[in-house]
Amino acid sequence: MADLISDNLNMVFTTPKGESVHALKDVSFTLKQGELLSVLGPSGCGKTTLLNIIAGFLRPTGGSISLDENEIDGPGVERGMVFQQGALFEWLTVAENVDFGLRMKGANRKDTANKVEEWLDIVGLQGFGNVPTYQLSGGMQQRVALARCLINDPDVILMDEPLGALDALTREKMQSLVLKIWKETGKTIMIITHSVEEALLLGERLFVMAPRPGRLHKEYRLPFAEWGLGQDLRDVKNHAQFGENREEILEMIWNMEEEIMGKAS
Amino acid sequence: MDTSPRGLFIGFLFIALIITIFWTWLHGRKIIATEKSDAVFGNPERALGGYHWVIAGVSSVLLMWIFFSWDAARSFFPKAANELCQVAKVTSALNPVRSVFPIESRLLKGTELLARDSRQLNELEAQLSNLPVSDADRAELGKSVDLLRNMMVSMANSDNLDAATETAIADIAQRFDEVTANLASPDYPGEPDAAALEKGLAQPEWGRGTTEVPTLPTTPLGFKFDAAAKDLSVITKDFSAIKNTSANFQSNLDAVNAQLALVKTSPDSLEPADATVRDRFVKNLGKMAKRIDDGKLFPAAALDPVEQSLVQLENVSRDQQGSLLWVDRIAMPSGTIVAGNTSCSEQGSGRWLPKPSDTIGTLVRLADPNIGYKNIPLFWYEMRPVGELVAFFIPDFIADLVPGKYPRHGEDGTITENLKTKVLNVATGNYSSPEVPVPSGHIWDSIVRVLVGLFLGIILGVPLGLFMGLSRFAKGFFDPLIELYRPVPPLAWAPLILTIFGIGDDGKIFLLFMVAFAIMVISARTGASGTQLSKIHAAHSLGATNRQILRKVILPNSLPEILTGIRISIGVCWGTLVAAEMLAGTTGIGFVENVARKQSDYETIWMTIILLGLLGLLFDLIMRWVIRRTIPWRGKG
Repeated sequence: MADLISDNLNMVFTTPKGESVHALKDVSFTLKQGELLSVLGPSGCGKTTLLNIIAGFLRPTGGSISLDENEIDGPGVERGMVFQQGALFEWLTVAENVDFGLRMKGANRKDTANKVEEWLDIVGLQGFGNVPTYQLSGGMQQRVALARCLINDPDVILMDEPLGALDALTREKMQSLVLKIWKETGKTIMIITHSVEEALLLGERLFVMAPRPGRLHKEYRLPFAEWGLGQDLRDVKNHAQFGENREEILEMIWNMEEEIMGKAS
Repeated sequence: MDTSPRGLFIGFLFIALIITIFWTWLHGRKIIATEKSDAVFGNPERALGGYHWVIAGVSSVLLMWIFFSWDAARSFFPKAANELCQVAKVTSALNPVRSVFPIESRLLKGTELLARDSRQLNELEAQLSNLPVSDADRAELGKSVDLLRNMMVSMANSDNLDAATETAIADIAQRFDEVTANLASPDYPGEPDAAALEKGLAQPEWGRGTTEVPTLPTTPLGFKFDAAAKDLSVITKDFSAIKNTSANFQSNLDAVNAQLALVKTSPDSLEPADATVRDRFVKNLGKMAKRIDDGKLFPAAALDPVEQSLVQLENVSRDQQGSLLWVDRIAMPSGTIVAGNTSCSEQGSGRWLPKPSDTIGTLVRLADPNIGYKNIPLFWYEMRPVGELVAFFIPDFIADLVPGKYPRHGEDGTITENLKTKVLNVATGNYSSPEVPVPSGHIWDSIVRVLVGLFLGIILGVPLGLFMGLSRFAKGFFDPLIELYRPVPPLAWAPLILTIFGIGDDGKIFLLFMVAFAIMVISARTGASGTQLSKIHAAHSLGATNRQILRKVILPNSLPEILTGIRISIGVCWGTLVAAEMLAGTTGIGFVENVARKQSDYETIWMTIILLGLLGLLFDLIMRWVIRRTIPWRGKG
């Protein structure tokens, strides 16, 4: 099985001034195939560093990380990435963005047309294939980014605050979409977010990370993602257990922030 | 009214422009009035639109051009220049007399002379005490100064004025009065001589022939002034010959000359250095004597009769000009027609600002491929063999690479061609092939130079720029090389490069290449280094190789900067090219302008300026269109 295994991962940066910053310290976890993981933590806790290491954009300074028992060494198609701002290629149309990965592997645009249509259907962008991406709204751009990532059939989907720049309504719709895709494709998904509600909703598992040095602070196993598949997300949020967990985690993060900044008088 | 097509066109245009400006002005006022209620000062919305102001602006520029180039004057008053030429002849004939009287200057000429000469005599007198000479000698030299002053002062005294001189002055005044009477008389100088009239009418009209303004009179007014000018030039000559030479003047002059002869040589006892100082003083005394003995100094009142006559003559002359005077003042702003020895010409803005009709005429004339400029058409085509065009793209050295040797001549003087010769023939286009039309001419040459230089700059500059945007080595290594030559103004390179490469196309193309190359490198580098990291990460995650990322992500992402670079390059190249063509070359728009400059050919100069402006604008419009079509996402990503 394509499990993501992190073993004592360490990451130390050296600043231009010569100081070393411990961004990740002894991070170990196993993410089984098909699991939905959300990662939460105050700023500077190393969430994005962890994601960049998994994506292969950074090499850890210590420890190892492997997917499907293959050591991760550089970016790869099996680990798809969705960025905060879509990072779409604005000189291409929606369809050209979506089949970018296939074309890089030498596929013909004609052959990919059906697959593109299929994925545009899934993310709710039927008939938008020939629209230039710069004409799309932020939510639509994220749907394109999702389709572009999924069409490559990756084992793991890594999302770096994918919904952070969206308005509340669009955000909720996109959260449903992520759950739907998780359910339908059975992919392993790892989402980094700074919204506690989003982390609870989109986390079958939830890691809360702590800063200085960046480390795993607490892990939760939550039922809300399963619930969200069947019912309205607002109903899930109104559930008593959701509220309890939310308050607990908020408290936890507040305490970490206060530790960093010093108590506000 | 000039009824030729040219004159009618300009006249019609002039009136149409005035009406247009008037109408657009009223229209604009009306719109502003309706906006007044919600007008906010500084609201940028208020600067949008308003095509009528554009029309008003363009019309005003055209109107000013037509007006200040005197094209309107020529269209509405085609005979005016010819008549003004006759008036100018009178003015020119009167000039020597006018300059004596305080008409255009502040002082009477005689007063001015007396003031200058007595100042200089005073200076000489002041020097006297410092001269290294004996007291006896000093006394003699002092006497010379006194005699000179005495002569000068006696000339200013009316008691010493000769009766003959007085008569001569009165005679001049009377002859002026006769001319004045003639000018005022309606039938002077009588019926014009038929031959003279025919000759006058046979002249090319204003602005048509090689001389700008027809010189011979053709109208009654013209004949009157022409005749007056002939009389006046004789009178002024006689006036200039009058000298204030009385018996008193003669005796004074003799005394001065005797005294100057006496002090001429230095005493032998004087040291050589002192002798030099004394010689200089004596020489100055001689100069003063020459200045005073020309007899041009009269008692202040002596010339009054001439002045009165002159003033009256000029008043009558102005009366006689009548409406012509107003044409001169209003329709020919900032200048007038002046008469030289043999011809009349425009002087002022009418001279250096070409008339629109003439400029268009010059363009039409030069556009005729059979005339062109210096036997080269402005823009035309010529038939060239296809082989020659193909050979342009085949380097000659491939013939050298063919195995074997080039043939040598045989015993019987024949040369047998072999494979090497045949390949060389193809590479040099030395074979018969059908001819096809190819553009040619000054304009085409300039355009080709710019486009080739630009093309080379893009082909080499963009890859290097991208490389520099992506590699620390390339950035560090090539940056100093480019920054060493780029800050030097391209024109500063021009003399060096044109000297190395010669006056042909090579040097100019290389110069333009240098200009375009630096701009393209900098813009491509900015584009490449400005690529968002997340886009590159995304491409990596989607399985793109480094090469694919370069071609499919970094290059298109840099397109806005690259295209802006091309747009700037075209503009700078265009400017540099014209200057380079002026420095050296035998074709091109800059060459045309430079030759026209040497000949003071204002029409051609302005034509090249307008052509250059329009072509530059065309290039920019094309680039704007290209930018709009290829990078619509710019600023929206």
